[in-house]
Amino acid sequence: MEYATTVLTGFVALYIFMLAAFTGYEIIGRVPSILHTPLMSGSNFVHGIVVVGALWALLNASTTLEQAIGFFGVLLGAGNAAGGYVVTERMLEMFKPSDKNKG
Amino acid sequence: MDAALIIDAAYFAAAFLFIYGLKRMSSPVTARSGIVVAGWGMVVAVLASFLYTLDVNAAARPHLPTNITLAAIALAIGLGWAWWSGKRVAMTAMPQMVALYNGMGGGAAAAIAAIELLGHKTHGSVGLTLAVLGGLIGSVSLSGSLIAWAKLDGRIDRTLRLPGLQLINGAILLLTVAIGVFMVYRHGAVAMPLIALFFVLALVYGVMMTMPIGGADMPVVISLYNAFTGLAVGFEGYVLNNPALMIAGMVVGSAGTLLTLLMAKAMNRSVRNVLFSNFGAGGAEGTGAIQGTMKSVDAGDAAINMRYASKVIIAPGYGLAVAQAQHKLYEFVKLLQDAGVEVKFAIHPVAGRMPGHMNVLLAEAGVPYDIIYDMEDINNEFKEADVAVVIGANDTVNPAARTNKSSPIYGMPILNVDQAKQVYVIKRGQGKGYSGVENELFFRDNCSMVYGDAQKVMIAMIQAVKSLEGGGH
Repeated sequence: MEYATTVLTGFVALYIFMLAAFTGYEIIGRVPSILHTPLMSGSNFVHGIVVVGALWALLNASTTLEQAIGFFGVLLGAGNAAGGYVVTERMLEMFKPSDKNKG
Repeated sequence: MDAALIIDAAYFAAAFLFIYGLKRMSSPVTARSGIVVAGWGMVVAVLASFLYTLDVNAAARPHLPTNITLAAIALAIGLGWAWWSGKRVAMTAMPQMVALYNGMGGGAAAAIAAIELLGHKTHGSVGLTLAVLGGLIGSVSLSGSLIAWAKLDGRIDRTLRLPGLQLINGAILLLTVAIGVFMVYRHGAVAMPLIALFFVLALVYGVMMTMPIGGADMPVVISLYNAFTGLAVGFEGYVLNNPALMIAGMVVGSAGTLLTLLMAKAMNRSVRNVLFSNFGAGGAEGTGAIQGTMKSVDAGDAAINMRYASKVIIAPGYGLAVAQAQHKLYEFVKLLQDAGVEVKFAIHPVAGRMPGHMNVLLAEAGVPYDIIYDMEDINNEFKEADVAVVIGANDTVNPAARTNKSSPIYGMPILNVDQAKQVYVIKRGQGKGYSGVENELFFRDNCSMVYGDAQKVMIAMIQAVKSLEGGGH
């Protein structure tokens, strides 16, 4: 795992986790409930980033078993990201205020 | 410039775009651009990841061409299928689709953990612990989400009920965790069958944990699994030393947890109750003994009464969407608005299948979001309303939640439709709500039932008002 210039271990990782957790809490805490479903779907899309990790694992696979598991990992991760994006976008597209609607 | 720097810069950009995108998604005005912003973050991160190919493990080098091909195929299938399915899913089926995509994310996180553990690639007890935890949580999220999807999609309609199920589940979880602890204790040096058993048990636990949960509680469960997947992704991010996964995963983990708590609160259920008791399809018994009789009224008469009202509040529920009556309803609302009637929509936090789902369904029909109000913003207005219309909703307007301590829905906040001068309830038949509780509202003096399919009722109402306008010329 020397493929990145950043090395995140011990307390640095802990700080990142803590700050990210507060960030997520703050973002959702102020959201009107009309947006809860799109936002759940939106956050579902965001954890689709797991596809990147699965890609790394697959590209570094050296046995058939690892390749098979990695293949499914990338497949599932890509589905998470793409599906999450499409349904979120479709939902949000429909939110329009009165004025635009009449025009 | 070297590849590692580009990858790092891309991940930094992705993390920024995700957070900024989610922030924009938190207001209806900017929400549309928020998902696009986050989408670009994903594109940047995935493209940069192909630079991994420049510098892979020595052991993997001979396999690189195969691995790149596999990756391309997997990406194409995953992307293609999800894009296709996401485009054609009906808005009413959105919750189960979100569950399905979420389960896939959990599965991907579990796959990363499996490769790390099987290949003995992770060293150090912190890394191992997080790899094991991420694998466990991701597996539970995968199988649990699949069950949630199947249940909401009507593919499984049985609710598993076994005496001592909680004990069995507890035992499975305990065994899974024990194997996990053992793996960390042995610094990952354990035989393959044991690692396989760990993942199988985690998957089984996800199934067993979700099977007893009834349909009404499923949104809370889906939201919880969404948070689970986030956590699993964050943990695997640590294992892979990947800050984009760590940040995105943890942001979703905490946001999802908060969202789960908000949903559970809106339903007056604790998350613990949802997971470990069986309410959703349980034998909730109304206490009977409700005073009064149910009256019914013709759709046209009700419509004309609304046409001459000055303020009408509509309380829609999932039944509206099932009947696909949103479009007709909005057509009717526009007729009322043209006649000078003030019309507002009142949305209960759990209207639809999850909080905000009803708003999506109304938005689909073109209803502008500024005449749609949350429960707490509109509940005081019902007493000034001439007419309240309940369409396809039941438990969320049941006054028993306020007064009847023996009712299973006691304490759940409800829409105060009963305070309007006149209440019309559009309903297919005399059936009970999702909770199986009889609704006192229907027996009140100021309440009349309009029986029929919601769409047909709306058409009849539109015709009644239109014929009135026609006669006026």
